[in-house]
Parts: sequence; structure tokens; C-alpha cells
Amino acid sequence: MSANFYYGIEVFLNGMMAGVLYSLVALGFVLIFKASGIFNYAQGVMALFAALTLVGFQNGQIPFSNLINAVFGTNIHYFGWNMPAFLAIICTLVVMIIFAYLVEKYVLKHLVNQEPIILFMATIGLAYFMEGFGDLMWGADIKKLDVGLPQGGNIWLEENTAFLGGPDFYGFYLDNLDMWATVFAGLLVVSLVLFSQYTKTGRALRAVADDHQAALSVGISLRTIWVIVWSIAGFVALVAGIMWGSKSGVQFSLSLIALKALPVLMLGGFTSIPGAIVGGLIIGVGEKMFEFLIGVPFLGGATENWFAYMLALLFLVFRPQGLFGEKIIERV
Amino acid sequence: MKLTKLAALAVAATIAAGPVLAELVFPSLDYRTGPYAANGIPFADGYADYFALVNARDGGIGGVMTKVVACETGYNTEKGVECYESTKGMGALVYQPLSTGITYQLIPKATADGIPIHSMGYGRTSAANGKVFRNIFNYPANYWNGASIAVNHILDQEGGDIKGKTIALLYHNSAYGKEPIRTLEELSKKHGFKLSLLAVDHPGQEQKSQWLQIRREKPDYVLMWGWGVMNQVAIQEAANIRFPMDKFIGIWWSGSENDVLPAGDKANGYKALNMHNVGSDYPLYDDLKKYVYDAGNAAGAGDQSGTVLYNRGMYAAMLAVEAAKTAQKIHGVADITPAMMRDGMEALVIDEAKMTALGMPNFGPSFSVSCENHGGPGLGAVQQWDAAAKKWTLITDFGPSDMEVIGKLIAEDSAAFAAENNITPGCN
Repeated sequence: MSANFYYGIEVFLNGMMAGVLYSLVALGFVLIFKASGIFNYAQGVMALFAALTLVGFQNGQIPFSNLINAVFGTNIHYFGWNMPAFLAIICTLVVMIIFAYLVEKYVLKHLVNQEPIILFMATIGLAYFMEGFGDLMWGADIKKLDVGLPQGGNIWLEENTAFLGGPDFYGFYLDNLDMWATVFAGLLVVSLVLFSQYTKTGRALRAVADDHQAALSVGISLRTIWVIVWSIAGFVALVAGIMWGSKSGVQFSLSLIALKALPVLMLGGFTSIPGAIVGGLIIGVGEKMFEFLIGVPFLGGATENWFAYMLALLFLVFRPQGLFGEKIIERV
Repeated sequence: MKLTKLAALAVAATIAAGPVLAELVFPSLDYRTGPYAANGIPFADGYADYFALVNARDGGIGGVMTKVVACETGYNTEKGVECYESTKGMGALVYQPLSTGITYQLIPKATADGIPIHSMGYGRTSAANGKVFRNIFNYPANYWNGASIAVNHILDQEGGDIKGKTIALLYHNSAYGKEPIRTLEELSKKHGFKLSLLAVDHPGQEQKSQWLQIRREKPDYVLMWGWGVMNQVAIQEAANIRFPMDKFIGIWWSGSENDVLPAGDKANGYKALNMHNVGSDYPLYDDLKKYVYDAGNAAGAGDQSGTVLYNRGMYAAMLAVEAAKTAQKIHGVADITPAMMRDGMEALVIDEAKMTALGMPNFGPSFSVSCENHGGPGLGAVQQWDAAAKKWTLITDFGPSDMEVIGKLIAEDSAAFAAENNITPGCN
């Protein structure tokens, strides 16, 4: 086999890994949409806010220090200690749960029974509020994120596969961080599926997703379910924030990762957790293979975003509910 | 009764305020929020702090106090145009749009309004031809100079012969990122190297395809025209595939502390171009400490002093102040207009004696501006990142670019612009 054949396999594998990273972002959207019918525009900003908070805890940064310094004329920035990554993750989770509670109490509670577009608009407002709040709380500088995950190409794999394609093949390249992301995404999906299938809260969550009114009539608290769902979405956002933030540092462009999730959602469906994973894999592999086989040789490259959205558009035309989404039938 | 009292108060306040004092207005099109805030903040702080110093230490420029009017653009072109429209009536003397997109939008507007624009190291490269772009200045260097300076550095590294070598350009897939392509194509013909182009879509968080391609093709050098998150991801990916960092060279917008710190030690040896010097070891910083920082007047959080982009903001402000002084001298008035400021910019002379007197010895190249040449000499240096010391160091002098190639391209592009816009090139 030629080196190019093996490079094609390499691109395929890396496409899968990239797809998993897209899925991590898409999962947060699916969870909230499934439980409340809200397309959460703020999901990308939630990933940013979670990552900012995590780094803030790790570095012992004083929240709102710039504001405090400006008002009181002080010059304080850090507490002077560093928090272990695991503890910082737990603290960040607590913050995301508090955030979920506040969103329910001050935003969602007041919008029950409103049109989906109103709820969508509310999440746009929430996104801008969180971005500004995150800036005020932790500052706008780029922060290095290190939770101990290995980064860089897997040398063992590279060295032990180099013999495959002759002198022009340098072995398969796979990023260690991407492999860890795949493991975490797998665990996350399995946990979420088990949680929703086999726990009382999970069943209540599915009941709310199926029919708000019916769920309310059997005594399920819609408000509690919303807090739980937004908390889980906050946790998923934290995982996505860690994976993406480890690559680029934690910075405000992290909120733009939501753009990578949209075609995944269109393809996988807005209401399916496995759909988010399969959709991510198809988009990841599809865009990378298209770039490798057609984009770079014939079109000058940079076709990935275009291809992802074109593929999603095709699915919208032939299967509007996505691969795994629920078919909407409205009787007149 | 209440109305009478209010009117009396208004009259009293007007009398108490006395005559309106003249101010030289310098708008600052900041971006302290949004995805590019981390880069916008240091530049804006440096720009504001230099004017604060001029006011506190020198009593303004020629006895007239300066006023920096900040307007938040979020690095968004529409907001940038709004900022221009909302501040131009305040007597704005010069605009630094801080974005190639905003610059392109403001070129016709500012030209019609008679207000000069200084797009330092960005914007429309052919604006260097002052006979066509009368109000636009892009000294001391532009993107085409940058491309040539990078190739010159590679020539130096390779003993003057790069025939048969491969140079890859990793670029932001936008007007900004595509700017150097034409120059690099010409230089590849001249020096015989192979040019490989790799576009990265905005914002640049996902670059796996491009770096797998680099790993496959093994170019001898990679040049980068990136901005924001694209830079950090590219440096991390380069480290991941173990591409030699000393053969990875970024343009001056891909060479701040923000770009290299997230990759940690792996970024060691990465190179970038610069149009000015780095660090804070200049007498000017003593003045900044005395008159600005210690007086509690530092812009922003006051934590950007000495960074690459803070220095760039400060350098841009210094060039604006020196142009204003030149304008005052030419026209014999202290309270200058935007048209006078334009004249000052066109007659600007920066030499080492002046830089030393300003407390900035060897901070930037010596150059002069003329009607024919609004782009300056096109000099630039190469800086390298020391990850252990966490600092940049200039590893070359401010070297020249290939004006034989660039001059021709500027003439062609500006002639096309003149023809499209019915401009008769010439100097008044």
C-alpha cells in the first residue's frame, strides 16, 4: 500500500477524534433541548465560563480582582495558593450547579409556557451576560489550562506504525489529548444514557422531555428537572471547555466552539444523545476526508466549515429531524 | 419658578466653567471585549498610557492637552465604522483602526472627511503609495514588507540559497491572511523556493488538517499570518507534531506573549517579526512609572506594561504625537486640525537622535515619510521566544525588505485602486 493510503487512514482517524470534540459541545445543546425545548445559545459561553472558573480556582485567582482594585485602589490578584486540578474541577462543578439554579430562578421560571423563540432570545441575553460576567470575574487575558492530560502526538504509535507505508510514511499521528477526549466522551455518553434509563430522576427527565403537562400532572417538579438538566449541561460544558481550552488556552474565543456543534446537531438531531456522538463522528470524518481528498488538491483548502454545513443542509432537506431526532407529526 | 432656578444655575455653571480649553483629540478604537480582547487590551493600554504621559510630563503637545477618546469595537467592522462616525465630529486628528476590515471600510470615509488614518503594520498594503492614498499611512512597515523580511531571514539562515526549499504559509482565510500571498509568489519565482499555501478558517480553533498536511509534506519553514486563537492553536499543533520551532515564523500579529504562553515550554524558539523593540528596559518606562503608573493613571488594569502589544500601542501613540508636533511646526499653530495632522504625518522624520531624546533608544527603525511613500522604509526585525525566561528577544537588527519586488506590486495595486475610484495620482 502507498504512503498516501495510510495517510488517508490517518486523516480518517483524526477526523473521528475531531468529531468527538465537536460532539462534546453538541451534547450540552441536546440535553437542554431534550428536556425543555430550548435551543441554548449560551452553551458555548457556558464552556468558556466553566473553563475560566476552573483555571481561576487552579491558579488561586481572586474573583473580580480588577473591579476590587479599581474601586478600592488595591493591587490584589491572587490568594497565593494553587488548587489541585481534581479539587478545582469539583469547585467548578459547584459553581455550575449554582449557575443552573440561578438561571432557573431568575430566567426560566418567568418564561414558562412562552414561545420557543422567546426562550431562545433569553439564552442569547444569557450568553452576553455570562461573557461580560466572566470577563469581570476572571479577566480577559489568555490563561494556560493544565489538568494533567498528556498532549502531543503519541510517539509509541508513530514509531510502531512507521514501517507500514515505506520511507514516505512517518507512522500514524494521533494526539494524546484527542484520545483522552474520546475516552471521556464515551464515558459521558454511557453515564448519561444509564442515568436517563435507570434512575428515577432520569425517568422524570425523560417524562418532562416527552410532555411537560403530563409530567407536571404526575407530580414531577419542572423547576427541579430544569436545574438538574442545566447542571448536567454545565458539567458537559466543563468537559468541553477543558478539552478545547487545553489546546488553545482559555480565552474568550472559546465560546465560538458552539459554531462547530451546529452542523453536528442538524445531522444527529436535537433530541438524541447518541445522535450527537454519531453526528459528530460523521461531520469530523467527512470534513477531514473531504479536505484531504478534494479540498486541498482541487479547491485550495479551507473547505472544512463549508463541507460540514453543506452536509448538514443535505440532511435537513432529506431528513429534517436529523439521523436520530424524533419525527414531528402535528395533527390539524 | 423651578425653570427660572434651573436657568440661573445653567448660566452660573457656564460662567464658572470659563472658556472651553482646546484639546487635541486622538480616538482609540479599542477592543477590550470579545474573542480578541486579550490582544486588544495591551495595545489600547499602551496607546492611552503614552498620551497620559505626554499630558502629565510635557503638559500636552505644544502646550495643548491631548484627549484619548476610547470607543469599543469588539474587533467588529460594523462597530468600528460606528465608532468612527460617532467620534469624528469631536475633532479627531487621526484614527488607528486596529483591524484590516475596519481600515478598508474607513479608507473612503476618512479620505472624504479629510481625516488621516494610520494603519501601522496592517490594512491595505498599497496605501503606502501616498500619491493615491493621500490620507492613509501605514509606516513603518506593511504586510508585504513582512513577507519579504521573513524570506530574507530564511535566506540568512540558509546561507543565501533557498532554491528547492519549501516554505509553507499558514494563513487566516481572510483578506488579512491572504495579503502576503502575492509577494511570496513573486519571491518564490525570484529565489526558486516552492510555496505551499494552507488556509485556516476563522476563528482557527481546529487546524488538524493543516498540521497533518505539514507533517506529510515536511516544509523547510512555516510562515504564519494568524490572529487570536489561530496563533495559540497553531503553536500548540506545531509542538504536537514536533515541528522545529526555530523554523516557524509568525508575522508581527502572531508574536505576542499571548500567542506563546499557552503552549508552555514547547513554544521555546518560536520566531516572529516585529517593527519595534521588545521589553521595558528603556528610560521612557521610568517616566511612565513616575508620571502615569505611580500617579494611579495607568489604563486598564495596569498589568500590561512591557508586553509586545503594549509596546506597539505605545509606539503608535509616540508616532502620532511626533506627527502632531511636526504639524504644529509646519503650520505655526498649536491647536491643529485633521488636515494639518495629515501634513505632519507626511513630513514625519524619526531618527535615532529623536528616539533617544524620547527615552526610546533603538526602540524602532529610523525613517521618514513623504508624499510618495506613506509606508516608510519597510524595515523589520525577527524576535525569538525564550520559554524559560518567558520573554521575547530581538535576534536581528531592523533589516530591509525587497523593495524591488514590493514597490512594483504597490504601484500596480494602487494604480488599479486609483482607476476604480477616479483618483488622479499626484502630490499637491
